[in-house]
Amino acid sequence: MSNAYMPFASRIMKIIPHTDIDYTFFMEYTGEVKPGQFFEVSIPKYGEAPISVSEIGAGYVGLTIRRVGVVTNTIHELQEGGMLFLRGPYGNGFDVDLYKGKEVIVAAGGTGLAPVKGVVDYFAEHIDEVTAFSLIAGFKSPKDMLYKDDFKKWQQTLNVIVTVDQADDEGYTGNVGLITNYVQDLKIENSANAQAIIVGPPIMIRFTVAEFLKRGITEENIWVSYERKMCCGIGKCGHCKIDDTYICLEGPVFNYVKAKKLID
Amino acid sequence: MAYKLTVEKFNQYLTNLAKEYIIFAPVLLQGKGAFTNTDCVRYQEIKKFEEIEYRKKSNFSLKEILTPITQTLFYFSEGNWQEPKVHDKKVLLFLRSCDIHGIKRLDDIYLKNGCEDPYYKVLREKIRLCLIECPESFENCFCVSMNTNITDQYDLFLRPEGEFVYVDIQNSEFNTVTGEVVDASPRFVMENPTTVTIPQELPQEILQTKRWEEYSARCIGCGRCSFVCPTCSCFSMQDLFYKENQNMGERRRVWASCMVDGFSDMAGGHAFRKQQGERMRFRVMHKFSDYKKRFGYHMCVGCGRCDDACPEYISISNCVNKLNNMVEEN
Repeated sequence: MSNAYMPFASRIMKIIPHTDIDYTFFMEYTGEVKPGQFFEVSIPKYGEAPISVSEIGAGYVGLTIRRVGVVTNTIHELQEGGMLFLRGPYGNGFDVDLYKGKEVIVAAGGTGLAPVKGVVDYFAEHIDEVTAFSLIAGFKSPKDMLYKDDFKKWQQTLNVIVTVDQADDEGYTGNVGLITNYVQDLKIENSANAQAIIVGPPIMIRFTVAEFLKRGITEENIWVSYERKMCCGIGKCGHCKIDDTYICLEGPVFNYVKAKKLID
Repeated sequence: MAYKLTVEKFNQYLTNLAKEYIIFAPVLLQGKGAFTNTDCVRYQEIKKFEEIEYRKKSNFSLKEILTPITQTLFYFSEGNWQEPKVHDKKVLLFLRSCDIHGIKRLDDIYLKNGCEDPYYKVLREKIRLCLIECPESFENCFCVSMNTNITDQYDLFLRPEGEFVYVDIQNSEFNTVTGEVVDASPRFVMENPTTVTIPQELPQEILQTKRWEEYSARCIGCGRCSFVCPTCSCFSMQDLFYKENQNMGERRRVWASCMVDGFSDMAGGHAFRKQQGERMRFRVMHKFSDYKKRFGYHMCVGCGRCDDACPEYISISNCVNKLNNMVEEN
């Protein structure tokens, strides 16, 4: 019998450090995978952690991992050429086709950018498939900024706004302020049809959704991705359940019409 | 076919069955209760009829046999992943109607919610069930309200009466005994002193009512209610390595409870239900509403073990009845 808990070994092809604590690990992988899905990543004897896919390419996936615990600290000690164990991908992920031909706005807070980054990557390459694409990315401070090289690339085709909550670095000349401020001032061509994707910490999602609703974007055109503690990824362990919904099975990406009814 | 057997003959029957089956039944453990000089009834392997405690409600359910408290999923050694061996024998369980209904809930979570769980499946296929009757409703039971008082999902039925044991064999696999043929079919509890009325619809306002704060004051988050529950099935993954040889280790799953600290904590420190009241709401909603939305029937089987076990005398039946009153008043 096939064992759903049995991971496969995957080689670390490349490691890109973004900050002191956030690295992207490019892992060998061939198979179906969508942006917003996640893998259970593990090191035997240390444990497993659910990590969302931050980049998809031929023969690889990117996993952006922050060192915040035993498993992720140990992963950070690994070098290129080393091995990680993966199982997945799990969850529904983003359906890129839903956004084609439309005006798309992505608002991402901190590492919340990781699960939606595949969507941004896709439309940066296929800008003609949408009528407009804006990305508002917020970080705590300039030193917490992720994907600096990707931002340079995205800026060539997308409307990109990067902001930080606090600029503690004197050399920083960019935007300062919460994502919600930039939603207020964002140019939206046709709010009745625009699609908004919001990913980040729970409180950021709450206030950003409220701001988009004020801007006239309808609930059914708002998408969120929820982060929860997914121990098994296959609907058994119960940790990620909200009401009758298992985030690992029906999520982590939800339309807001459904998401607004979920009470933790 | 039902037979009337002497205890001696029944024990011979059990001895024969033991060649093929590991037999688990509720057993009285003297002095092992939560308080001084109290006893505990829980599942253990048995060899003889006399060991079965069929007069009392077991404090723990049989779920630890299907989903062990800690279960090794893999052994690691130098990059090799090895699944643990599973014993060859089948398993015969002595249990009551509510607990048979409890297994149906575990089946739905482990076999029908997403992909099949291979560890559960292999144990589940070994399980055979022997129904024991309840002489009368025990304290805190509300099986009648949950429609779990009656079952026909058993392989064997056992009724001890006086000097004799009546055995009704439903599954031909157990046709290894003969005796005086009698008419014996199970008598089920048709009334409980405790009744529960479950509200059909729970408006959002009730979910967010301050009523739940009562439980923040009372509940100490020990998780006993989950651990005695025949339907609570949550677990956490855990890796470990051996002190003597750090190259070797194992991956396990261990029982977890939504009532205990850390259940919803994510790496980085964010937690979703910090107050015990919120956890109580989550648990009660799962047992009496959310699970039904997914599987079409309520999760709780009304065994009342959570009420029996709570050190703070919190009653889930009272809680649900109070919710129902609130809905009716609205």
